[in-house]
Amino acid sequence: MAISVVMPRLSDTMEEGKILRWLKQEGDRVDGGEIIAEIQTDKADIEMEAFGSGTLRKILVRAGQSAPVGHLIGVIAEEDEDISTVLAPVAGVAGQTAKPAGPGAPTPASPTLQAVTAGRVKASPLAKRLAQAQGIDLSTVKGSGPGGRVIRRDLVAMIPSAAAVGQRAPLITARVAAMTPPTPSTAFEDRELSPMRRAIAKRVAQSMATVPHFYLTVEVAMDKATELREAMQIQTPDLKVTFTDIIIRAVVIGLARHPAMNASFMDDRIRVYSQVNIGIAVALEEGLINPVLRNCGAKSLVQIAREAKSLVERARALKLRPEEYAGATFTVSNLGMYEIEEFTAIINPPEAAILAIGRIQSKPVVVNGDVQIGQRMRMTLSCDHRAVDGATGATFLQEVKWLLEHPVHLILQPE
Amino acid sequence: MADERTFDLAVIGAGPGGYVASIRAAQLGMRVALVERDRLGGVCLNWGCIPTKALLQSAQVLSLMRRAGEFGIHTDNLRADFGIAVKRSREKAERLSKGIEFLMRKNKVALFSGEARLTSAKELEITGRDGKTSEGIRAERILLATGSRPRLLPDVTVDGEVVLTSTEAMLLNRVPASMIIIGAGAIGVEFADIYQAYGTAVTLVELLPTILPYEDEEITALLHRALIKKGIKILTNTSVERVTVEAGQAKVGVTSKGERQALLGETVLVAVGRLPNSEVGGLKELGVATKKGFVAVNEQMESSVAGIYAIGDLAGAPLLAHKASHDGIEAVEKMAKLDDVRSADPRRIPSCTYCSPQVASIGLTEAKAKVMGYTIRVGRFPFSASGMAMTLGETEGMVKVIADATHGEILGVHIIGAHATELIAEAGLAMAMEATPEEIAGSVHAHPTLSEAMGEAALAALGRAIHI
Repeated sequence: MAISVVMPRLSDTMEEGKILRWLKQEGDRVDGGEIIAEIQTDKADIEMEAFGSGTLRKILVRAGQSAPVGHLIGVIAEEDEDISTVLAPVAGVAGQTAKPAGPGAPTPASPTLQAVTAGRVKASPLAKRLAQAQGIDLSTVKGSGPGGRVIRRDLVAMIPSAAAVGQRAPLITARVAAMTPPTPSTAFEDRELSPMRRAIAKRVAQSMATVPHFYLTVEVAMDKATELREAMQIQTPDLKVTFTDIIIRAVVIGLARHPAMNASFMDDRIRVYSQVNIGIAVALEEGLINPVLRNCGAKSLVQIAREAKSLVERARALKLRPEEYAGATFTVSNLGMYEIEEFTAIINPPEAAILAIGRIQSKPVVVNGDVQIGQRMRMTLSCDHRAVDGATGATFLQEVKWLLEHPVHLILQPE
Repeated sequence: MADERTFDLAVIGAGPGGYVASIRAAQLGMRVALVERDRLGGVCLNWGCIPTKALLQSAQVLSLMRRAGEFGIHTDNLRADFGIAVKRSREKAERLSKGIEFLMRKNKVALFSGEARLTSAKELEITGRDGKTSEGIRAERILLATGSRPRLLPDVTVDGEVVLTSTEAMLLNRVPASMIIIGAGAIGVEFADIYQAYGTAVTLVELLPTILPYEDEEITALLHRALIKKGIKILTNTSVERVTVEAGQAKVGVTSKGERQALLGETVLVAVGRLPNSEVGGLKELGVATKKGFVAVNEQMESSVAGIYAIGDLAGAPLLAHKASHDGIEAVEKMAKLDDVRSADPRRIPSCTYCSPQVASIGLTEAKAKVMGYTIRVGRFPFSASGMAMTLGETEGMVKVIADATHGEILGVHIIGAHATELIAEAGLAMAMEATPEEIAGSVHAHPTLSEAMGEAALAALGRAIHI
């Protein structure tokens, strides 16, 4: 009695399997329970046993090829038995039933599927290259280009990280990605931790584990701050005052008026600093660093801008002296240039708070009952709840918002 | 049913945005009204792209004649008649404007001459050029394509004699002995080139650190050198404090790195950018929202008021004729709910400056690509290594291809040199098709042509240029 060997269902979600190798060849003797092949499923590589004894008369799906669950992949029978009835249902297509794996293999199974994937997939050269690098089968991608052509944006939508399409990912994405365990089938490469990476990992994990964070978000009308920046850029074109500089100046004044925010929780006491040292989060290729703008209380916006520019430039060139990135009492992190709407930042202990700045965007706003286009920015304050309470953080944030909306106060003499 | 005053679409402004939108709308079966207060073709055709290119051509013929000896041609008594050059440029503009009139008739677009005012989101009142007659029309949709005008400096009065904008500068009846040009964008640089060729002592003043400030710095550095070599004086990082006219002479007070000085010139050309013509009657009253003077639009090119659309310069940067035309087609096709409407990717709009050497670019500059976090590969090919450039006597310039290092996405292409504005088209197609340097290098470029430099620059980005 001939035995049909079919692709077994080896997991709940398995729809097709790939023959990794046959342990028996056509003509070999097979005993019931003996391992005859190795099958790769969506979950694991599994050995397949023979359900009966006989001779492996026919192999229909070769090693390296795939077949749907229930599909005939081989026949076990007596040496001289007529197996044509077993083969009959697949006659004619038997030779090409298997879906090939790997590039350049012949066209796959059913006639309908063939119609879809036969011939070349319409895709741009760039899309082809991206798909290859990411291991994406282009025939599974719905193209949004003319005539269903697969173009870059169709793949970008499938690839989670922007890094994969050439651009370095913003820091936040990188952090999230690092915490997501890769699926077993995802290809990977282990990279050694740089000392900076190691330090960041330790510090942020420690902060999140020991500092009870709470977050406050506020939207700020940046129209006037934008005007101020434009005016200053015309006034001092060589300086290029940034929004970060303007925000730092507002934070400095805010901290002077709400000193409780310029503090550290010290287990048995709270230390309130009389000097304001602002850390500026700067993204580097291998991590991030917070150069510190010292004693900001006495500095004008132009001074802040000038010093910040020099610090950030030297930070990017990895030329900071150790004392230049230690001792901040409050940190500002701006991801606006990465088009981030808003985000929450992790506090750098022992600082009591960090301000996370999103991008400035034009949006319709209601002014005096009239819809206008306003420049809006969202910023989120992360606070150490051991050092400050919600209301303290909120009044401080309100102050910073007010200052940014009335930026004339930012260019008055330092308080 | 529809009468002569009822339309599917009313377009205000017959520039390259409006007239193209009108034709496309008519092709799609809409009844179209096109309202224009001045000449068909708008600024582009009458006061911008076309007449300035005609003047540049005269200037370039003159420059070539001056070096004709290089090619073995000797000239005596070379005389340049600027008046004829201006006349010729007007003829070209006139002829093209007539051509548009023909296109409108052919497509059965109803033309209205006069100033339009929106009385509702579906109604227009058109006041004739005499200012007396007026008529009303009705349209299901209104497309605003009113374009832009030269931006002026505060407290500076344009008199058309001493103080000029681009419009007056293309109509001068004499070649001034000297000209101070405020603003080294495309317009400023092109006029500098025209007048320098005719013998005017030109001074270009730019607030930003480089001329053509939005172009790649490596390219503008080459242009800077080329213009200085011709004798154009360039002051960058220089802000203009005041412009006055004293005894028929222009006096321009400038500050550079804290130092003040006064520049004197027979004329001063204000070329500090353009402002959108958003003061269309009725827009404010209907509540059409604007952003920095531009009409704010969504992806359908529709403004904050349903049924009112805006395209081209009026809808925001880049202020380029070809962008306006593309906008016009896109807006109309989206109104008609066509499938597969192609939006212009703003990163894939070429920008051209027709000075000599020409500058053309598409996509990101090297600096911008780096800021955006790309790891890039840059391929360069100088025209000095191109056989064709040598035979033409145009070895000044280069092609620069900027590609993403990982997957080869072409991020930007920058060209300076002869025919750069024509050569950029290949880069535009390559980017639209998402080709990589492999495909550019793999397509056979005819020999000898300047376009070989594009293939070589692509090869250079792959690290395998042949001729350098």
